[in-house]
Amino acid sequence: MSALVTPGRPLARRPNLGDRSLIVLTTLATVIILLMLVIVVGDVVIGGSHVLSWQFISQAPTDGMTKGGILPAIFGTVALTLLMTLVAVPAGVATAVYLSEYAPADSRLARAVRVCIANLAGVPSIVFGLFGLGFFIATVGRAIDVVAFHGQPTYGKPSLIWAAMTLSILTLPVVVVSTEEALRAVPRELRDGSLALGATKLQTIARVVLPQALGGILTGGILAVSRGAGEVAPIMFTGAAYFLPYLPCWCCSFSLSSSTSWPSSYARASGGVWLRAEALAWKFGSARVRLRPRAAAPRSGSPRRERSG
Amino acid sequence: MASTTTSVPMLREQRSSSLRGRRRWPERIAETLVKLVSLISIGSVILILVFVGKEALPVITSSVVHREVTFGALFAPYRDAGYMWQPVSEVPKYNIVPLFVGTLKVTFVALLVAVPLSVCAAVYVSELAPKRIREYLKPAIELLAGVPSVVVGFFALIVLATWVQTVFGAEHRLNALVAGFGLAFAVCPVIFSVSEDALRAVPDSYRTAAVGLGSTRSQALLRVVCPAALPGIAAAVVLGFGRAIGETMIVVLASGNAALLDASLEHSTRTVTATIAQELGEVVVGSAHYHVLFMLGALLFLSTLGVNLVGERIVFGMRKRLGGSR
Repeated sequence: MSALVTPGRPLARRPNLGDRSLIVLTTLATVIILLMLVIVVGDVVIGGSHVLSWQFISQAPTDGMTKGGILPAIFGTVALTLLMTLVAVPAGVATAVYLSEYAPADSRLARAVRVCIANLAGVPSIVFGLFGLGFFIATVGRAIDVVAFHGQPTYGKPSLIWAAMTLSILTLPVVVVSTEEALRAVPRELRDGSLALGATKLQTIARVVLPQALGGILTGGILAVSRGAGEVAPIMFTGAAYFLPYLPCWCCSFSLSSSTSWPSSYARASGGVWLRAEALAWKFGSARVRLRPRAAAPRSGSPRRERSG
Repeated sequence: MASTTTSVPMLREQRSSSLRGRRRWPERIAETLVKLVSLISIGSVILILVFVGKEALPVITSSVVHREVTFGALFAPYRDAGYMWQPVSEVPKYNIVPLFVGTLKVTFVALLVAVPLSVCAAVYVSELAPKRIREYLKPAIELLAGVPSVVVGFFALIVLATWVQTVFGAEHRLNALVAGFGLAFAVCPVIFSVSEDALRAVPDSYRTAAVGLGSTRSQALLRVVCPAALPGIAAAVVLGFGRAIGETMIVVLASGNAALLDASLEHSTRTVTATIAQELGEVVVGSAHYHVLFMLGALLFLSTLGVNLVGERIVFGMRKRLGGSR
């Protein structure tokens, strides 16, 4: 994006009331939004810092959850997020590969997939919870019970795996969008070169395109983890338990929603924010990697290079 | 972009057709596999529709449920109690009007705060900010979207509620105002991000032409650039609205959760999402209450689906019209 009108220079010579008030007004709005971020994050960090200790994150809660630590919650969140990632990332990457590498330009299927991804991203998280309960638990889980456990409710009740499955559908769009963006940023010359050397399409994708796009794929994974770990509504009915000190499926985010125990919430919140910051750092990193071949492009004289990702 | 995108995939197609003769089975398996996996997203949307719909349908069809409630009764006032949501009383009352009004009240407050703030911020970041700051501003604001909503809700519950009570002197500590302000935290990044994209999509030739004709910077912005980006900004508001009516945890924690039907923003209020979140955990599976909650979910799903489709359509149309120079 090259700005032909360099902001600030030619017009700054004759600043008038309209220009100045517009700048002040919009700057103010930007500052307010940034302040909102600073206040939430700052409040969490300041409020949480004095209770955060090794003991707090390494012990189970005691005395009716008024003392002790949040270890089960951390464990539950990590296990849930890991399971979710195992499903969401491969599925998301495969979808993105299909969309950007295999699908023909006028493919109706690809269009339908895109529409569904966009809509999936807009479905309220609570509806995912209803869906998880109605589909995974009441239908799939119960079917497994009938077939394998003589109707004993084993899979037909809220559990870690169903919560993870629900979350993986919720985070699928995040992975697809950032992976596709990364795949599109891989220069065509690399694909052409690989194909010209005799590699098949599969070899080209697996050994040339995907490694080039790894940064973007990782960004997507991290964004998905940060989104999934912070969700509460979808797992309320599909997997989280309010108080199970020794069982794994107990989620930080859920405990925050149902108890008003300050310390755990603050530790949790800082974790979420930290993850997101990490994801952004990755995004910057991968953007820098992507910019490199693009910057070198004009020399190669490709007329199609004006298209930016 | 229109011309370049058509030429690139056409080349790709020619190449793949020339290779088709040499293709062997791993190639074919990989393509089929990837294609099948991409069907998951379509399948999920359909499954969500089917399975939320399946549990909601008895409200319309089942005679057992009809002993307690019918679809029409969800919207009609009770003779003695009026518009009342009271699913766990001796005579359960399932009127969902207060819940939808609650959702709209909270959403109204959120948009009232978020729209001017985020659109102004988008104008600043895309048009006025010095180049060096600009690169950092957008990710910084989008960082706000990464704060889990339950954390924002908690913040609203503990901190924001006190501030709002001090400033507005509301009788009830948790009310529509607090929930709306909390919701604005979640809506701002959405509206900002989409409208910033829209402003950036306006070609530079518009700006150069306006300035070349002698307009000041603010004139060029307000009379040329903003009108050109207006559909995108409208889409941003629509998408923000969709985000706001679907948000759960912030309103569960900050709205006070009293299903009252009134117009006051200083009274506690209850939204559709909060109702599902709080009542589904304790409901008897298969009861009328259970099916009504799924019906609420289905209505919510359909409305966000409609809202998002409209938003996407506007963005798509605008990108096409402006020639897609992003």
